[in-house]
Amino acid sequence: MSKYEAVIGLEIHAELMTNSKMFCGCRVVDSVEAPPNTAVCPVCLGMPGMLPVVNAQAVEYALRVALALNCTINLHNVFARKNYFYPDLPKSYQISQYERPLGIKGWLDIELENGETKRIGIRRVHMEEDTGKLTHLDGGGSLVDYNRSSVPLLEIVSEPDIRSGEEARAYATRIRQILRYLGVNSGDMEKGVFRVEPNISIRPVGTAAFGTRTELKNLNSFRVLADGTDYELVRQAAVLDAGRQVVQETRGWHEGRRETFSQRIKEEAEDYRYLPDPDLPPLHLDATWVEEVRAALPELPQAKLARYRADFGLSAYDAAVLTEDRTVAEWFETAVSIPPHLNPKTIANWVINELFRLMNESKQSIDDIRVSPAGLVELIGLVEKQTINNNTGKEVLAEMFASGQSGTAVVEAKGLAQISDEAALAATIKQILADNAAMVERYMNGEAKLRGFFMGQVMQATQGKANPKLVNQLLGQALNQAEK
Amino acid sequence: MGVQEAMTGPSVLFFFVNAMDLTTLTLTELRDALWAGQVTSVVATEAMLDRIVAVDNEVKSYLTVTDDLALEQAAAADKRLAAGERTPLLGVPVAVKDMFCTRGVATTAGSKILEGFVPPYNAFVVDKLAEAGAVLLGKTNTDEFAMGSSTETSAYFATHNPWDLERVPGGSSGGSAAAVAGRMAYAAFGTDTGGSVRQPASFCNIVGLRPTYGRMSRWGVVAYASSLDQVGVFGRTVADVTAMFQATAGFDPRDSTSLNVPVPNYEAALTGDIRGLRVGVPKEYFIEGLDGEVETAVRAAINQLADLGADIREISLPHSRYALPIYYLIATAEASTNLARYDGVRYGPRVAGADVIDSVQKTRALFGAETKKRIMLGTYALSTGYYDEYYGKALQGRTLIINDFNKAFADVDVIAGPVSPTTAFKLGEKVNDSLALFLADIFTLPLNLSASCGLSVPCGFDGRGLPIGLQLIGNTLQEATILNAAFAYEQATEWHLRQPVIGG
Ligand SMILES: [Zn+2]
Repeated sequence: MSKYEAVIGLEIHAELMTNSKMFCGCRVVDSVEAPPNTAVCPVCLGMPGMLPVVNAQAVEYALRVALALNCTINLHNVFARKNYFYPDLPKSYQISQYERPLGIKGWLDIELENGETKRIGIRRVHMEEDTGKLTHLDGGGSLVDYNRSSVPLLEIVSEPDIRSGEEARAYATRIRQILRYLGVNSGDMEKGVFRVEPNISIRPVGTAAFGTRTELKNLNSFRVLADGTDYELVRQAAVLDAGRQVVQETRGWHEGRRETFSQRIKEEAEDYRYLPDPDLPPLHLDATWVEEVRAALPELPQAKLARYRADFGLSAYDAAVLTEDRTVAEWFETAVSIPPHLNPKTIANWVINELFRLMNESKQSIDDIRVSPAGLVELIGLVEKQTINNNTGKEVLAEMFASGQSGTAVVEAKGLAQISDEAALAATIKQILADNAAMVERYMNGEAKLRGFFMGQVMQATQGKANPKLVNQLLGQALNQAEK
Repeated sequence: MGVQEAMTGPSVLFFFVNAMDLTTLTLTELRDALWAGQVTSVVATEAMLDRIVAVDNEVKSYLTVTDDLALEQAAAADKRLAAGERTPLLGVPVAVKDMFCTRGVATTAGSKILEGFVPPYNAFVVDKLAEAGAVLLGKTNTDEFAMGSSTETSAYFATHNPWDLERVPGGSSGGSAAAVAGRMAYAAFGTDTGGSVRQPASFCNIVGLRPTYGRMSRWGVVAYASSLDQVGVFGRTVADVTAMFQATAGFDPRDSTSLNVPVPNYEAALTGDIRGLRVGVPKEYFIEGLDGEVETAVRAAINQLADLGADIREISLPHSRYALPIYYLIATAEASTNLARYDGVRYGPRVAGADVIDSVQKTRALFGAETKKRIMLGTYALSTGYYDEYYGKALQGRTLIINDFNKAFADVDVIAGPVSPTTAFKLGEKVNDSLALFLADIFTLPLNLSASCGLSVPCGFDGRGLPIGLQLIGNTLQEATILNAAFAYEQATEWHLRQPVIGG
């Protein structure tokens, strides 16, 4: 690749999680789960005489994204008809934005693996409607499901500022994270709710003209996005090195062979015959409302991460893990805010090491779990007050996670409170040393590691509830006495 | 006629409505009789259905007659009337152009591509009719997707003018105009994209109103050219049109182009007093190609307005001559995308093919020749490289037309002129001459490009006994002004009282 420079632009399509569709009152349903054609009406089926009405919630969601991506907002928005024939497109045109999209000239900073930050330009953010879904049957024939028809769709088009598969992945991951923070998209790539399509070309280093580009479609994970992009860069370089031309085409990713393959060759640019949709007067956004939406934006992940590092003293890794998902971050921040205001690092460790493990094992999200931020804080308090030791604390958390009980209740019910009664422990130790006189003798003669054996015996005798610090201290005293 | 003079008391009218042919009553006369309990909706509906059976095999105004449904609705209306209900059109039998979707009733838009299509919904204005208590007699013939000025491009059959069965009723709402003129409906809906209500009204000696764009909802009306389409109303008198319009105009949140403006009391505005009304006569509407007899009748009508106290002045609409090309670029461009949905995938007939694309292509062959031509013209006008030169330029030109009207309405209240350059032409005469047909619309289509409203009111007959219409154009949402001007004129004349004799 050294001879060539990669020129990559990303088109991202994200469905908006509104209650109803873009231009009709139909519910937005899970297009994988819902029975086919159960969330449709004459409008989204493109029946004669039916007219679109813009969904205000979709406009607000789209505006949140355009603002979060630092776009200049067009207050005067025009919806256009993009004309093409396909059976999954009921009106044979898609209502989209063409000449006056909602947002233009935005940008997004991404962090690269070498620690550098790179700014990727965003050309436009515009609103449109999704199409239905076509399923081709093996024995011939096709089925079409219009549940997805007219679901609000946001298109985010980057400038061709991306130079590698890694950058493509970093950019797309960050966009998805922001959409989820804004509460407008679930980010599910498997279900096609969030779709990334890179346009890839290469050019000799030092030249300005763009090479012929290929477009990758149907990439269902960020890994495939990165791998497919990198594969395509190498393939195009090989084509040029062999003195041939890159063909403008749409390509897919073959997971088994781990390579891209030609899907459709674009012989000439498709003519979509755009025209302003006469059924929809231009949409004028109120500048005051735009500022209200801007003011109501949540703290975005990058700002949150910086704050966690600066205010909570978290490591870059811990801060990144905790801010990955807004709900997790808010859960964590709630825990931090609860008296007695434990050290955020301690809470972060419990969340990252213990809670996440339990969530992973049970495949639950932070929304599903029965442990509350207050519950975790209470539990950590029990450990810090030495009512229970650290290991018992982990077990108690697992029990809280499974049963939904409070930490205190679990400790009481199972009698897990540590034995910190000096007299009782001293008596136990005395008995154990007496029962193991031979071992004591060997210890005296220099086998220092046997001290661990005595510790183990005490813990066994107390079913692990002995306060290990206290046992250690009392055992030292007892052995010293024995020596004398 | 003399019905109006005879309406001195219920008992006298009772005698009349029993003794006379109920189809000769106007809508408002029928409404009075229904409200007075002197006639039932079932009887009036039966009279209309009998009339359809008697004469529509010659006129061919209806594509579908919903006789069973009509009698059911009439019986229901009679119950409500008997119970004292008085909704505006309760029990009044009316017709609807086949461009309006009607729940459970076939809606074809005059095209084979929608043959057998039964919508699961009513157009908003059809619902308004139902709310007002009207009885639906059926669906009337139309040029295919309203693309025509003669009702000859209907894929089913041509409609004949009740005044001369060898002539066209005008179009595209020729079925509705012929039904009202032929006394087969008390009033009817049409659609007016370039003159499709006013021109057939003038050809058939009835009143046709094309309200301001957005005054009536387009929801559920099959689209031809969305930025020009507007629901229009036909009646035999100005009062009839006003009653139907009053009951069905208004804001519809499901139509984003619908105007959210209160509906005034149009019926109360019919005072007949037009003293001081400023009437502009555009010199561009009296040009070569305008038939001499039409000009004479229209000028006489304008003089009559002056006699009634109107202040007549010559005005100019300087860009009128560009209206025709602007109109055809915009209309065909919008039509090319509006009609792209008829692919046989979801509704309507589907012609089998080797695969989906082949099937879609074969299905689309069901479009008629005129429709195909307009789809192709529009597709071309929107193509990359041609957009700026054609569609884009047309949008700019449209602004000039709008400015023409804005300037004119700064000085006048109403613009008066001819509706059509000629009276009704013969069937087949212009069917293969698109340009000649287009010219039939030159005085009506500038209005559709603007935000004005307009109507046609009977103003005379030519030497062959064919009706002539006077066009009155009003400023945005000034329907009351033009309706009252037409009412004043109608009260002073008797043209509207003449009835055609069908089948001579
Ligand atoms: Zn819908």
